[in-house]
Amino acid sequence: MAPPSSRRSGFSKKAQFSVFTGYLLAGAGALLGLALLSLSLWQPAAFAPLRGAASDIVAPAGGGGAAVRTGSQNLFASISGYFNAGRQNASLREEMEIARIRLAEAEAVNAENQRLKRLLGLRDDLVKPVAMARLVGSTATSTRRHAFLGAGFNQGVRAGMPVMSERGVIGRVLETGRSSARVLLLADSESVLPVRRAKDQVVAFAEGRGDGLLRIRLVNLGINPLKVGDLMVTSGAGGYYRPGVAVAVIRSVTPDGGIAQLVAEPSATNFVAVEPVHQPAAVKALAATGVGNEGAAPSPATPAPNSAAGGQ
Amino acid sequence: MDQFDPRARSDIYGARINRAPYAWRVRLVPYATIMLGSLVPTLFLADVMPNLPPCGFLMLLGWRMVRPGFLPLWAGAPLGAIDDLVSGQPFGSAILLWSLMMIAVELIETRFPWRDFWHDWSTAAVMLVIYWIATILVSGAPVTQEMFVAALPQVLMGVLLYPIVVRMVASLDRFRLARARRIA
Repeated sequence: MAPPSSRRSGFSKKAQFSVFTGYLLAGAGALLGLALLSLSLWQPAAFAPLRGAASDIVAPAGGGGAAVRTGSQNLFASISGYFNAGRQNASLREEMEIARIRLAEAEAVNAENQRLKRLLGLRDDLVKPVAMARLVGSTATSTRRHAFLGAGFNQGVRAGMPVMSERGVIGRVLETGRSSARVLLLADSESVLPVRRAKDQVVAFAEGRGDGLLRIRLVNLGINPLKVGDLMVTSGAGGYYRPGVAVAVIRSVTPDGGIAQLVAEPSATNFVAVEPVHQPAAVKALAATGVGNEGAAPSPATPAPNSAAGGQ
Repeated sequence: MDQFDPRARSDIYGARINRAPYAWRVRLVPYATIMLGSLVPTLFLADVMPNLPPCGFLMLLGWRMVRPGFLPLWAGAPLGAIDDLVSGQPFGSAILLWSLMMIAVELIETRFPWRDFWHDWSTAAVMLVIYWIATILVSGAPVTQEMFVAALPQVLMGVLLYPIVVRMVASLDRFRLARARRIA
């Protein structure tokens, strides 16, 4: 189809000028975009209030979708349970799965206890979650893995707080709106989490790869002790997460660590708990000293590997 | 005349006598649907990899192709700003890329005034692929090889969805111009 004849400028000076102005404005828009883009790449938190307001608007609509999602997951689970051995089977299997994770976590707690006994006098109190909320949506088209949480600043959620499901770590709060928050999921390629193997003290970093799997990089290089099926739990280094929460299971072994699968998939959750930062003092101290040899200051967006190493 | 053929005095936009389209529909429907397109992906929980095509960008392309000349050349910037607020990309990426897309499509249109559907589709496909690569590069996170593999279905879906989007936009366009208002 040819463009409408009204859009051909011809010899009309006025029409020519309006076409020219259009290009000028569009070019200015692109330049503005470039400036804003470089600003937000340089200072990722620069537009957080704007985004917070937008997610406050989007989040209530996502609430319905989240309810439907969890409802339909339950439905599918009961249907599959019916085909096998009734509804009970499905719930029992789920319970056993969680029990298995808990068992591995108990091993981790055991190892932790032995270590703490040696250190004498260090004891953690029971963690009370700041808020319980649903994950109401995510950035489904972007390569970034952010999720929207149905609780925000008014519910006491602050940037940096870890987000947990009953199975394990989901991610951490990136920025907050009034009644919603943005969560950086573990699968995001900017997410780095200090972990250790559940049964012993093999420490590593779990980095998101951007395709749903985590790359486990061992801190101490040498012979790779990891095996397929090992459970990695949070080590508590860096101060954001409490130690001993399930993160991922090793799926394949690489020369410098392994590739791991998430234990807690965000889409399979019903409610998630936002927990307070485990060691606020440590986080503050690390941020202040800026322990760093890789150039990047430990920002609230990422538990920077160097800061985590400093906590070891 | 009406007694013989009830459609005699109407066209696809409805009866022609004593009717007019709503002014707000004529002006607002394209912008509203593009913004809705930006908001739709946020309602899905994609925890593993991006699983939806860039719906807002697809809608913008659709309106640009179905109604050339309706959207001003600079419309990419404000619509992109709305998309940036919810897309997870750093603020400014859609402002830049959507503006560049509008300029590029305009230049292609000036170069090839007579186009058919296949030409439009291939233009849209090229735009989608370039947009997809650019969004990964400016996403602000370290770029990994796996990202491209994980996002491949997304761009494929976008390219294949284009004809459906265009049909959808065309029906929205009929809604936009429907003569629903009765002139007293």
